[in-house]
Amino acid sequence: MKIDLSSMTITKAHEAMKNGDFTAVDLAQAYLDEAKKRNPEINAYLEIYDDVIEQAKVADEKIAEVKKSSYAKASKDKQRSKDFPMLLGIPFAIKDNILIKGRIASSASKILENYRATYDATVIEKLKKEGVVFIGRTNMDEFAMGGSTENSAYGVTKNPHHTSRVAGGSSGGSAAALAMDGALAALGSDTGGSIRQPASFNGLVGLKPTYGRVSRSGVMSMGSSLDQIGPFGKTVTDAEIVYNAIKGQDALDGTTISDATYSPKRVGQQKPVIGIPRHFLTGDGIAKDVLANLDESLEHFYQLGYEIKEIKLPNISHALPAYYVIMPAEVSSNLSRFDGVKYGLHKDGVDGIDDYFETRGRGFGKEARRRILLGTYVLSSGYYEAYYNRANAVRRIITQDFLKAFEDVDVIITPTTPAPAFKIGEKTADPVVMYLEDIFTVTANLTGLPAMSVPSGFSEIEGKKLPLGLQMIARHGDEKTLFEVGKEFQGEMIN
Amino acid sequence: MITTAEIEKLAKLARIKLDPAEKEGLTKEIDSILTYVDQIKKATVDVDYTPVPGAVHNVFRPDIARTISPEDRERLLNEAPDREGEFIAVKKIIAQE
Repeated sequence: MKIDLSSMTITKAHEAMKNGDFTAVDLAQAYLDEAKKRNPEINAYLEIYDDVIEQAKVADEKIAEVKKSSYAKASKDKQRSKDFPMLLGIPFAIKDNILIKGRIASSASKILENYRATYDATVIEKLKKEGVVFIGRTNMDEFAMGGSTENSAYGVTKNPHHTSRVAGGSSGGSAAALAMDGALAALGSDTGGSIRQPASFNGLVGLKPTYGRVSRSGVMSMGSSLDQIGPFGKTVTDAEIVYNAIKGQDALDGTTISDATYSPKRVGQQKPVIGIPRHFLTGDGIAKDVLANLDESLEHFYQLGYEIKEIKLPNISHALPAYYVIMPAEVSSNLSRFDGVKYGLHKDGVDGIDDYFETRGRGFGKEARRRILLGTYVLSSGYYEAYYNRANAVRRIITQDFLKAFEDVDVIITPTTPAPAFKIGEKTADPVVMYLEDIFTVTANLTGLPAMSVPSGFSEIEGKKLPLGLQMIARHGDEKTLFEVGKEFQGEMIN
Repeated sequence: MITTAEIEKLAKLARIKLDPAEKEGLTKEIDSILTYVDQIKKATVDVDYTPVPGAVHNVFRPDIARTISPEDRERLLNEAPDREGEFIAVKKIIAQE
């Protein structure tokens, strides 16, 4: 049977499998066919698994069981939906830095080229319990360092909307896998914008949850105080469904939080109040189309009856420089574990210590080495105070600015990126130019606030429509407001 | 201005062998990144930025020994580049007199 993938959502697929319109095997086969057809050009997947149909058969068996038991019990609809997990049989793409037991997880690095995960990440354990089907592992910037997947050791991922342009990064493969209809949902990781920016470049919804909301156990650490795992979806509802499946406190990640950790309180009586930091949205670096699109989006919110207030974030211009001190410091510490002894690549040197130099010198790509050296510098004696401590202080005052802004508004809106997807190779010459990509996204990581990118329109370039994204930031623990505002903006049903 | 000698020292501290050809490029790039991040020095920081106790707290777990299955142990050991029986093998670090 022919399944229309372009208009497919998790909700629709779930209903269709429940009604028996198609099976999990039918659905998996449709995505597998499309993934295999498009991947040679797009390079979204580093590996498409060879047991996809077997996984889908297991899902179909579970579906049969659920149906049998719910008929036997003659249970009410409520009970049935509880028995039929929302993600049962849903085809997923997983970023290559998330461990699935027995499968290769390389972080798109040569240093882990043949590394086979020995356990499941907590998020994977949760998805397995739901009964999802893993289509494959997706391309990324090596160890999630970059904004274009050009730092992958296995080639760049092309944007399915315009193949001479990047899909964004670092989770570019996960976004492109969805955009090319090679999966119905995906997981990525976001340290400075690595879910939201590729979501924006590919016309998708991407969520970075509140820091601590999703367990990082089994995910390769980049910047431990910044990293969060999050979903990509074609709709806000889809992203919400995946988020609900993967969130939760976890004994294996001491930084995870409980539902009670934050108790966000809205100021808006009827609808959430929108805040806009106009003072931060000027300057040459932002494309005209992006600003025009932002104004259109605000007009749309106004029509929907939202109150929009101008807010001030006095220290926000220091966010990106502070991020590029804190992040490399954490990178240099986290990547010290790759030593050619316990797992991964090993290159022989003249003695034990020389083995480290050879292994790390050859195993890490250019950007990884650059950030390790930078992190080593800002943490070294004599510079620690001026850089690392100073950046942490800046991080604290920026967080205070946001918390103050949230005394008057419920959601802060910016563009997700300063411009639509750029050309492959356009920003590789100068690392600082590439880093400026993260200007609107890093603040959510520095502050731990939840943020989501939703599609907001297109920019027409070279006769092709390039997607644009709108970023929404909410209070700690207030993903609910993001989903509500996002759904209304997209014209989705609010449940 | 960061120097190539400093880059060499950082590479030594980070246990990374650099190609002689890339040292100059790396020096320039890291210098330009440092110039960029130097902006944080302009921020007016009126908070005390020494880490404060209480801002973060310890998360304890029960002190219970956990064992893993022999299959999992085998998987872990098999990921090591070199093993001898139940051990991960490394080069001698003490020279013989």
